[in-house]
Amino acid sequence: MTPDLASVLLYLVVLVVLAVPLGHFMARLYRGERTLLTPVLAPVETAIYSIAGIRAEESQSWRAYAFAVLAFNAAGFVFLYAMLRLQGFLPWNPAGLAPMAPDLAFNTAVSFVTNTNWQAYSGEVQLSYFSQMVGLTVQNFVSAATGMAVAVAVIRGFACRGEGRLGNFWTDLTRSVLYVLLPLATIGALILVGQGVVQTLSSHVTATTMEGTEQVIAQGPAASQIAIKQLGTNGGGFFGVNSAHPFENPTVLSNMLQGLYILLIPVAFCFTFGRMVGDRRQGIAIFAAMATMFVAGLAVVAWSEAAGNPMISQIAGTAGPNLEGKEMRFGATLSALWGTATTAASNGSVNAMHDSFMPLSGLVFLVNMMIGEVIFGGVGAGLYGMLLYVVLAVFLAGLMVGRTPEYLGKKIEAKEVSLAVLAFLSMPLGILVFAALSVAVPQALAAVQDAGPHGLSEVLYAYGSTTGNNGSAFAGFGAADPFHTTLQGIAMLLGRYAIIVPMLGIAGALAVKVPAAPTAGSFPTHGPLFVVLLIVTVVILGGLTFFPALALGPLAEQVSLAAGTRF
Amino acid sequence: MSRTETAAPRSLYATAARQSVTKLSPRLLLRNPVLFVTAIVAAMTTLLALRDLVAGTGGGVTIQISLWLWITVLFANFAEALAEGRGKARADSLRTTGQETRVKRLASADAEHGSAESVSSTELRKGQFVLVDAGDLIPTDGEAVAGVASVNESAITGESAPVIREAGGDRSSVTGGTTIVSDWLVFKVTAEPGKSFLDKMIALVEGAERQKTPNEIALSILLTGLTLIFLFVVVTLQPFALYSGTSIPVVFLAALFVTLIPTTIGGLLSAIGIAGMDRLVKANVIAKSGRAVEAAGDVDVLLLDKTGTITFGNRMADGFLPTQGVSEKRLAQAAWLASQADDTPEGKSIVELATRVLGDDIPRIAIKEHVAFSAQTRLSGVDVEHGTTIRKGAVDAIVKHTGTEPNPILIGNIENIARSGGTPLLVSQDSQILGVIHLKDIIKPGVRERFAELRAMGVRTVMITGDNPLTAAAIAAEAGVDDFMAEATPEAKLERIRDEQAQGRLVAMCGDGSNDAPALAQADVGVAMNSGTPAAKEAGNLIDLDSDPTKLIEIVMVGKQLLISRGALTTFSIANDAAKYFAILPALFLGAYPGLATLNVMGLSSPESAILSAVIFNALVIVALIPLALRGVRYAPASASALLRNNLLIYGLGGLVVPFIGIKAIDLIVGALNLA
Repeated sequence: MTPDLASVLLYLVVLVVLAVPLGHFMARLYRGERTLLTPVLAPVETAIYSIAGIRAEESQSWRAYAFAVLAFNAAGFVFLYAMLRLQGFLPWNPAGLAPMAPDLAFNTAVSFVTNTNWQAYSGEVQLSYFSQMVGLTVQNFVSAATGMAVAVAVIRGFACRGEGRLGNFWTDLTRSVLYVLLPLATIGALILVGQGVVQTLSSHVTATTMEGTEQVIAQGPAASQIAIKQLGTNGGGFFGVNSAHPFENPTVLSNMLQGLYILLIPVAFCFTFGRMVGDRRQGIAIFAAMATMFVAGLAVVAWSEAAGNPMISQIAGTAGPNLEGKEMRFGATLSALWGTATTAASNGSVNAMHDSFMPLSGLVFLVNMMIGEVIFGGVGAGLYGMLLYVVLAVFLAGLMVGRTPEYLGKKIEAKEVSLAVLAFLSMPLGILVFAALSVAVPQALAAVQDAGPHGLSEVLYAYGSTTGNNGSAFAGFGAADPFHTTLQGIAMLLGRYAIIVPMLGIAGALAVKVPAAPTAGSFPTHGPLFVVLLIVTVVILGGLTFFPALALGPLAEQVSLAAGTRF
Repeated sequence: MSRTETAAPRSLYATAARQSVTKLSPRLLLRNPVLFVTAIVAAMTTLLALRDLVAGTGGGVTIQISLWLWITVLFANFAEALAEGRGKARADSLRTTGQETRVKRLASADAEHGSAESVSSTELRKGQFVLVDAGDLIPTDGEAVAGVASVNESAITGESAPVIREAGGDRSSVTGGTTIVSDWLVFKVTAEPGKSFLDKMIALVEGAERQKTPNEIALSILLTGLTLIFLFVVVTLQPFALYSGTSIPVVFLAALFVTLIPTTIGGLLSAIGIAGMDRLVKANVIAKSGRAVEAAGDVDVLLLDKTGTITFGNRMADGFLPTQGVSEKRLAQAAWLASQADDTPEGKSIVELATRVLGDDIPRIAIKEHVAFSAQTRLSGVDVEHGTTIRKGAVDAIVKHTGTEPNPILIGNIENIARSGGTPLLVSQDSQILGVIHLKDIIKPGVRERFAELRAMGVRTVMITGDNPLTAAAIAAEAGVDDFMAEATPEAKLERIRDEQAQGRLVAMCGDGSNDAPALAQADVGVAMNSGTPAAKEAGNLIDLDSDPTKLIEIVMVGKQLLISRGALTTFSIANDAAKYFAILPALFLGAYPGLATLNVMGLSSPESAILSAVIFNALVIVALIPLALRGVRYAPASASALLRNNLLIYGLGGLVVPFIGIKAIDLIVGALNLA
């Protein structure tokens, strides 16, 4: 076994070993049962409720829950937007940075509230420490917690026995932050500081390089933001180049830890789902489908990076892996692993430049995002996104067992299907229609750096990343143009709330149904057959929609590369 | 109704072909969004073809593509028309029995028959009284209030043996379109004109009253959503192509769009629904709504009456168990004698069994006097020569009659019989008890196997009986039902249904009596027997014209088959898209990136041929699947996992593979004929 393969396997094993107990912990937490942390944190939780006037035991209808989500996020947006516009007057601005432009502030505020963390700005030159810590880091926690809360509410809709209630948003939000995100982020930040990630409120340092020129070295309170950026599938780096920056991700160990944090909660949610619906096999089936797609994507990326660029090999006279845009301390394989994980998980942090990956790798990254970030996906968002596919898969194939399709004993009927279709429309709308606008409008097209199919990949990536709430970028795309900051802001809102609201609606419709006990005649939703069905549904429904666009982007680039055509 | 096919297949096809053109009316097309969109695209490409023709810029392929797009719509219309046509032929034959006649109207139920006034059957209103004599056609539905008659109901049920209809009780319902064979009846009209059972049946088989069923609605929504998504895909393709340095002819985009949207299932969806109802009609079941048929496929629990469904209506002699010192032959002879005057089915079965045991040794003794069964003595039998009295009867009655206590062996036998769910009948000669006859409920042959099939399908069977729990348990075990309800009252039955429903289960039951009506109405699938009371028929949502309670099982199968057919064709339709992409995309993008020719895995001869072949395949596959849509996907009872595996292999994997072969074959033909 090569060291590369060994480290990938180690990563996957450690990931699952950590995620299973975390998943079970979260199931107990959201059911209001006693957990390991209850003795320490329960008093804090109670204090928060009494200060905020939250009636923790009050379970909400799906409409009330959705309203709470939207209201909370809208308030978060207004608060963050104001802060970015006013950062010049606010404290902790040692570099004296100016207020952000309106369109960029809109884009940034939407980006962090929707858990996308698309960065049309460069953190070290446009954001004060106050904006980073109080604005972005807070949203890193609560936008992640929002996704987790929605997922929990959706699970309750599938699991409950006809009561029609989805739980309390404020309680789910508080518990997500207090019991899951804060403890794990604290542990992560401390380990990262130990590995050499910076954490300071001091201003930039100016150094004289060996060539005798002056260089400004940016620093700041990075470690505290990085732990949560990975954990909450946020991905917005402290520095512009994200986790490729040596202050943000200095060592192989910090790389491993951050990589684990990217997928930890999304993977754990599969097991939380199994526990909460009272049948662990259901969670394992969803995990198996996600894991299979993840490993398949990883294999393609790792293989195509290892094979390298034939045109460079020709010039260099020697074959080797594709190392353009990669950090030498991570190499091709660990960069491939990170790239696959960060696009699968709707995280968006990078430790290598995605623009420089081979076309087939870029294809995998694009597919991961375009299918709606459901291969583990964002915290919570990945699970409810996958449940959307489950509803569609069960409905399409479920008729073939000769019964009205049902999932977990609940019938999938016209109402659920309508809402699922509605949610499903948001990806092609946000990606295909917006990307088509971007290449059709001359002003927008100027943002594209590269000619030929790679340029189209850049556009598709930008809108795939924003609609999928991923946040990573193909570096070549100049996203700061007002056309794109605005359109992408809309794409991010679409990709977040045009899925959250219908999914909560589906959960609400299912919540009033009494589940029927499974019989020999009911559709089996665990086991290999269902896993295959689910994967095929994701590939056919998600993949086929984008196949023509992908053919003109990464696929065309790949065949041109093989033919030695340049653009 | 005659079960022969009334319309010759050829004329059926001709009518359907004509109708597929008349169904092009936008108003009718609008009911099916996928077809409507296809028709719009076809109209658009036709305009483009005309423009090319006028401009003289060739356009041979454009004309062919628009032609095939129209053919796609026509094929889908043809499928629907064909499905409707089969019902129409049947409706026409029904209609002949429902024609206007002269009827004898009475002022009241007990009015003099001579006072009847002759009116047209169309003038009859609900609540009026009608006299029907031998040979008369019963003009509309009603409830017999006086008289008793034998009625030929073959026009409705296809069963030629006449049935008895009489005032009062559970056999009071009369159906319009049936004929009095002998005697007379006075009945009260229970249906308004045009609302009779016959009218409903005609409307149903014609498909005129057909409304979309819940699953069909959900599926239509999904198909519409997919159509919208593919619209996004195709519309955005042009900007992407322009960016890539090539422009795609609009007609090719139209072709891609129509081949991607689910035209196969969209075109066959209503045909599947109509054909499903038609299959029920063929099984002599009338569904009052499509919802009930679909619900039948979902049924989790079947409540079945023991008598008539699980067992033959009557108990039958199963064995002779003589007491100590008595031979079986002697007991059989006594039983034979005691039953000579017993006309009940039990009595006949005793004679039959005794004759089988005795062979040539049937007793040849002159019978002096027959003693009929009476409620007081609860005995029957004969007196023969020498004053010998031979009796049979219930245990306590015989003990009282003979004044002899049964010996321990006899008691053991009696208890064994009772425990097994049978009825012990003692036989005595004078004061001696000779032994016991074992009367038992005979389970209908094949019932056990059907319940096993139902269990495999995930349907639980519950036997309803008025028997005591001990007897019920024994019969339940023998018949292989999953559960039973002993000493069941109509209220208990209703309670049971509510209980099952509260646990999320769908319940089906059948019944015929008026006291079944509440339970029939409460059940998700209530099958009323045609022989039953009007109240029962009103309460049920399906009516079995054959009045065969086991029909419930077939209804469940038809319901499942309907759902499976839809699911299978949907899966097939969507799986087809993969191959269509591989046919059309390389053809569209060849100008921009010649390297994408590697996607042309089928090796199609030219871009034009590839696109034309995909469009032709898309149209032909509808025709190829019409028989499947009308017949329904073959369904053998099996567990859901087995069904899913098999159907996914056939329709999922098949749907992926078949178009690759089909499009390649058409491409070869298109090439050979020089069409593109």
